[in-house]
Amino acid sequence: MIIEIENLKKSYKDLHAVDDISFRVKEGELFSLLGVNGAGKSTTINIISGILKKDSGKVRVCGHDIDSAADEIKSKIGIVFQNSVLDKKLSVYDNLKYRANLYGIFGNEFKSRLEEMTELLDLKGLLKRPLAKLSGGQKRRIDIARALIHNPRLLILDEPTTGLDPKTRITVWEVVDKMRKERGLSVLLTTHYMEEAADSDYVVIIDSGKVAAEGTPHELKNTFASDFIKFYNHREEAEKYFAKLGYSIKNERDFTEIELKSTAETSKFFKEKPELFDDFEVLKGNMDNVFLKVTGKDLQGA
Amino acid sequence: MTEVKKLISLVGRNTKCYFKDKLTFFMSLITPLILLVLFVTFLRNVYIQSFESAFPEGFTVDKKIVDGIAGAWLMSSILSVSSVTVAFCSNLVMVEDKINSSVNDFRASPIKPTTVSLAYFVSNFFVTFAVMMCVMFIGHIYLAAVGWYITAGNFFMIIVDCICGILFGTLLAGIVESFVSSQGGLSAVATLVSSMYGFICGAYMPISSFSKGLQNVLGCLPGTYSVGIMRNHYMGGYLTALSDAGVSDEAIAAIKDGFDANITVFGNQIPLWAMYTILLGACAVLLAMFIAVIILKNKKK
Repeated sequence: MIIEIENLKKSYKDLHAVDDISFRVKEGELFSLLGVNGAGKSTTINIISGILKKDSGKVRVCGHDIDSAADEIKSKIGIVFQNSVLDKKLSVYDNLKYRANLYGIFGNEFKSRLEEMTELLDLKGLLKRPLAKLSGGQKRRIDIARALIHNPRLLILDEPTTGLDPKTRITVWEVVDKMRKERGLSVLLTTHYMEEAADSDYVVIIDSGKVAAEGTPHELKNTFASDFIKFYNHREEAEKYFAKLGYSIKNERDFTEIELKSTAETSKFFKEKPELFDDFEVLKGNMDNVFLKVTGKDLQGA
Repeated sequence: MTEVKKLISLVGRNTKCYFKDKLTFFMSLITPLILLVLFVTFLRNVYIQSFESAFPEGFTVDKKIVDGIAGAWLMSSILSVSSVTVAFCSNLVMVEDKINSSVNDFRASPIKPTTVSLAYFVSNFFVTFAVMMCVMFIGHIYLAAVGWYITAGNFFMIIVDCICGILFGTLLAGIVESFVSSQGGLSAVATLVSSMYGFICGAYMPISSFSKGLQNVLGCLPGTYSVGIMRNHYMGGYLTALSDAGVSDEAIAAIKDGFDANITVFGNQIPLWAMYTILLGACAVLLAMFIAVIILKNKKK
């Protein structure tokens, strides 16, 4: 396990920012923490990375206990913060050099790490330029280079693609995927984009400081998301049949859509009324649907 | 050893961040330079007349000595005030790091929080020293033009006095500004210190011109002695020149009393060694407070 969290608690006066959270992240996994603003994601990340102290609970990262080996943990974690924390007045080279120095990386070791990052993130033309003069996408690449400069085992991405254009978003994920495949990098992600969470190996949904649901995206969809069946034929029969059973029905120009509670229900009706299913489409609910069902909140508007 | 290398690297980073912002450097430099220009334009003659009033009637000395001692007195004022005010203005990087959350980046890195705080202090010391040396250079061009009587020994001691003053100023700024986390807060503190400190430490007006009660109160503040030591070394060469020109010991003593080269508190004249002891003792207390603030702030998180 790369991360083991047990009964983690953190309060600010009367506010329970993190309230008895437990979860585990496997080595090499892409793990997502979902939640609206203020749910406790950032507090959890800040505790894992040693920025904040916990009130109680156990936190183990890369096999080390945060209470006794915080510096060992910090040297194995790279973080891409929601907003860039690098020095806008300094050049990209200086930024990466000074940040690498924080990890005890100096001289030739830094040069070889810089070369690697330059190749990985295509930074060659950017190194001498001040950070303030770069575009949003270029700055994000530098943030990622900073997070990876010390070759961490765990990469924490705190809403890394918020506010980025689609092309840069793709670039960010290409780099992360490459690092995961080539080096077995574990990734802990918080995001507002459900399509990013849907690609995760495991998802934990946090609501008001507590774990509201967890599982693989597939398990969460099966458990919490609705199935939508679109009938292109036998529309009237399907409408009558499902209306009698009290299901929600939507009639469109080409099809009649029935919302079922789960995939298990879809299978049941498929077996019970096979005559209705000769021209149809089954759509699984997406992670937006899961999040809405679990928390009653819309993540896109968070 | 690695922690020392990290400290040196962070000091380099902080200093580079400061000097990359030309406007900030200019703003730190401009306040003492404005004081110098205002003096030369408006107050020079007032101070010259004050010095001359200590001489016996009809007694004249070389104009260069009188012009020079007035300028030297002002330089001691400017440098001793700047050691604190510039330190407060130059601590910008520490506050900016809080504003843009760079501190979180440091906290998430394997570097001791005390090293980060120490790096802010050391870099602020270097930056303040650099700004003061620029002011000193410009001021000394003026002194050389009107009359230069500063001996090599006194010049060396002026540098030592600057270092003592900067140590006091940067520690004070480090403590106060560790509680500031916004640009507005920094401006408010810097403005308050810039406008008040010169009067509190007796740099703008000689303490001897205040009431006895106020003189005693100001004598309890360590900043006063930062001015006192500087006055002694800036005026020393000029006072010797005055003595050589035939000015009586009584008149020289009157000048020293009237222009704060001698500081008297509760009826006792404070010797030069005691001024250093009080100032460095205050630095030791501030250092202890600075360390306590760092530890407490990190515990709180």
